[in-house]
Amino acid sequence: MSGLLFQAFVYLCAAVIAVPIAKRFGLGSVLGYLIAGIVLGPLIGLVGAETQSIQQFAEFGVVMMLFLVGLELEPRQLWAMRQRLLGVGGAQVAGTAAVVMAAAMLAGIGWTVALALGLVASASSTAIVLQTLGEKGLLKSDGGRASFAVLLFQDISVIPMLALLPLLALPALRGQAGGDAAHAAPSLVAGLPGWETGAITILAVAAVVVGGHYLTRPLFRFIASAELREVFTAAALLLVVGIALLMTLVGLSPALGTFLAGVVLANSEYRHELESDVEPFKGLLLGLFFITVGAGMNFGLLLAHLPLILGLTLALIVAKALVLAIVGRLFRLRGPDLWLFALGLAQAGEFAFVLLSFTVQNAVIPAAMAPMLLLVVALSMLLTPLLFILFDRVVLPRLTRGRTRPADTIDAPAPVIIAGIGRFGQIINRMLRSNGYETVVLDLSAEMVDSMATFGIKAFFGDATRPDLLDAAGLRTARMLVLAIDDPERVLAIARHVRQMRPDLHIVARAHDRHHVYELFQAGCNDIIREVFDSSVRAGRSALEALGHHPYEAEKIAQTFVKGDRQTLRKLAGVWNPAIPSSSNPAYIAAAREARREEEAMMAGARSATRDGVNRAWMPPGARDSAED
Amino acid sequence: MKTLVLYAHPAQQHSRVNRTLAETAQQVAGVEVVDLYAEYPRFTIDIDREQQRLRDHDAIVFQFPLMWYSTPPILKEWQDLVLEHGFAYGHGGTALSGKLWLCALTAGAPLTAYGPEGRHRMPLRSLLAPLETTANLCRMPFLPPYVLYGALDATETRCMPHAEGYRHLLEALRDDRLDLAAARTLDHLTVETLPTVIKRG
Ligand SMILES: Cc1cc2nc3c(=O)[nH]c(=O)nc-3n(C[C@H](O)[C@H](O)[C@H](O)COP(=O)(O)O)c2cc1C
Repeated sequence: MSGLLFQAFVYLCAAVIAVPIAKRFGLGSVLGYLIAGIVLGPLIGLVGAETQSIQQFAEFGVVMMLFLVGLELEPRQLWAMRQRLLGVGGAQVAGTAAVVMAAAMLAGIGWTVALALGLVASASSTAIVLQTLGEKGLLKSDGGRASFAVLLFQDISVIPMLALLPLLALPALRGQAGGDAAHAAPSLVAGLPGWETGAITILAVAAVVVGGHYLTRPLFRFIASAELREVFTAAALLLVVGIALLMTLVGLSPALGTFLAGVVLANSEYRHELESDVEPFKGLLLGLFFITVGAGMNFGLLLAHLPLILGLTLALIVAKALVLAIVGRLFRLRGPDLWLFALGLAQAGEFAFVLLSFTVQNAVIPAAMAPMLLLVVALSMLLTPLLFILFDRVVLPRLTRGRTRPADTIDAPAPVIIAGIGRFGQIINRMLRSNGYETVVLDLSAEMVDSMATFGIKAFFGDATRPDLLDAAGLRTARMLVLAIDDPERVLAIARHVRQMRPDLHIVARAHDRHHVYELFQAGCNDIIREVFDSSVRAGRSALEALGHHPYEAEKIAQTFVKGDRQTLRKLAGVWNPAIPSSSNPAYIAAAREARREEEAMMAGARSATRDGVNRAWMPPGARDSAED
Repeated sequence: MKTLVLYAHPAQQHSRVNRTLAETAQQVAGVEVVDLYAEYPRFTIDIDREQQRLRDHDAIVFQFPLMWYSTPPILKEWQDLVLEHGFAYGHGGTALSGKLWLCALTAGAPLTAYGPEGRHRMPLRSLLAPLETTANLCRMPFLPPYVLYGALDATETRCMPHAEGYRHLLEALRDDRLDLAAARTLDHLTVETLPTVIKRG
């Protein structure tokens, strides 16, 4: 017991200390965990041999992560990305495997071992890449989506690989292999003829899909009716563990199975509940996994063969990055997206650990090679955060400075610049153009720009935070800048920068929330429009109408509400202090409370009609007297 | 005659009289009642639709409470937009020619207040001169307005008969039983004077 507590204490301690420090230095949580692991293991030796078993346990974090990824992805979306999945993913796996295999054969390794090595190297680290992209908010970028497709394809391709690899077994080693079979997990399909294996596999997948679709709903409803939060959490974990177990029994990848279950449940009303229940477990397990990767590094071996191992690692990263860059190019990734794609996926992944131990068990790869290969894999993962840093600090600024600039050249500067042509910017653009104003439209998403083109709207691909792009768009002579980007930070950055260059320019800015409004106001924007405020007011008005209020009364209520809200906003802006968070700014809190009281009185006036309320207008004298009684 | 009631009241939650009147009008078969404030709470009057409505009817009734000696604002907006040149008046503007124009309004003040000694000093009919002139320009016979004076403190006993009279008036319009010649001699219509202008069916 105390041993377990001690271990838990050590690991949690490491995480709690290392991760915030790593994040503070902009290194990302993954590198934080990895460093914590290195400190614990090789450096101070607090943890040792048990990391292997903990690692197997921690790998479950990957399974959970794919479940969560699946939850975010409806079947329709999955179907829509089938081309990217098969095309980009397939090209990447085949390309990497071929290159690594060729290199290995050149080094004099037999073709079977070389092929196995190629397959092992083809997978990237889902855990690191998705976690990092998610933290950086890059999952939705073109590069992020391509990365996701590749990772998903790799996870899927592990299944045929597991089936294929044993066929490559070395005759010389085959004798040894038998003994290891005892270590293999219990299996439902072991020793069955091929077609039965196939049938059982298909049955298992069908069970996940059909069960996920029809059984989980009544089940969760029943469990939710107990109104015990922890029981629901237990059920969510049970679901994930159960599916993983089923998949392992039939020899499929548990990660893939839970991913499938996630997709099936993406439409369910319990989706958010499941998400929030599984999320913390996923985070902790993944963290644990990264710690074990760090802790498990065999420093003795590493130091003994430092140049060789480092060389192999770098060669692997360079080879993978090159293949990725070519594949990305072929599939029309550009600029930062291409770099993100190529650098981000250039490591070997956690599946490499799995495949390596599997191949050694099945006598495909000589056992003597394994420790060194494990080191190469771990090292390449360890270097990934550095690659992301390289991307952030070196590649991005360079692209931004406009050397290899992928952005379109803007040939038609116009009096109105619109940054962002999503749902928000489109409306503005349509309204301005239909009234004869020339606009120049910039957007960060190449897909968006292309789809605009099919509707005959000329948009230019490029990052509006780049001064030179704004310049090219005609910032010096423009009459107006509309900031319609859905990234509050970017909007603010552009507003500040542009205000310095053009104190006289009229800036219409899309605000995210109140605080963003204050910031944009300080930055000197002229019109600041909260993005969902007007539509919410309209929805409220519709609700009032549906509840039986006369449409004109509902309109007046909405107008009064808007006016009141604006007054509040102005008051709060006066006491808002960018240096102090509002929740610990006494003046702000007091003003917010006061404003709430006033607002309620004002809205109550809608009913008593005596003061500033909705019906101050239209009150005939008699009614006013009686209302005041 | 096909009869259209254009009803305008900006605060129906406070209305006593006009609400009853509008409900009464709705019950009269063959009469179309349009609540302008409900249909256009943001004053986005659909000109084509309103003009078609006018074309489809032969008698137009404007029902409203008197506000600052005039109509509620949406009726003014409606006039400004719908009574277009070339439609209601001017070259080729004959769409409304011959259709009847009737105001059915309620005034807060009593009849005496609109007398020469009253506090408003101006007869109600004179205050409606802009509407009457508009009707003339559109070649629409302008009927004497059907008025409830003292609407601010109208009790049930005064409100109900007025509403009942409104029903008879609308039915008479619909069935073509209004004695236009007799009506023209009157300054305004009230429940009391109604029988003199309605022919028995
Ligand atoms: C803004 C406003 C202006 C008004 N102006 C007049 C007026 O000029 N002359 C008058 O007699 N009554 C006036 N009134 C009183 C209304 O005509 C009276 O409240 C209405 O006819 C009552 O009908 P209802 O119960 O349907 O609201 C006014 C009322 C309001 C609210």
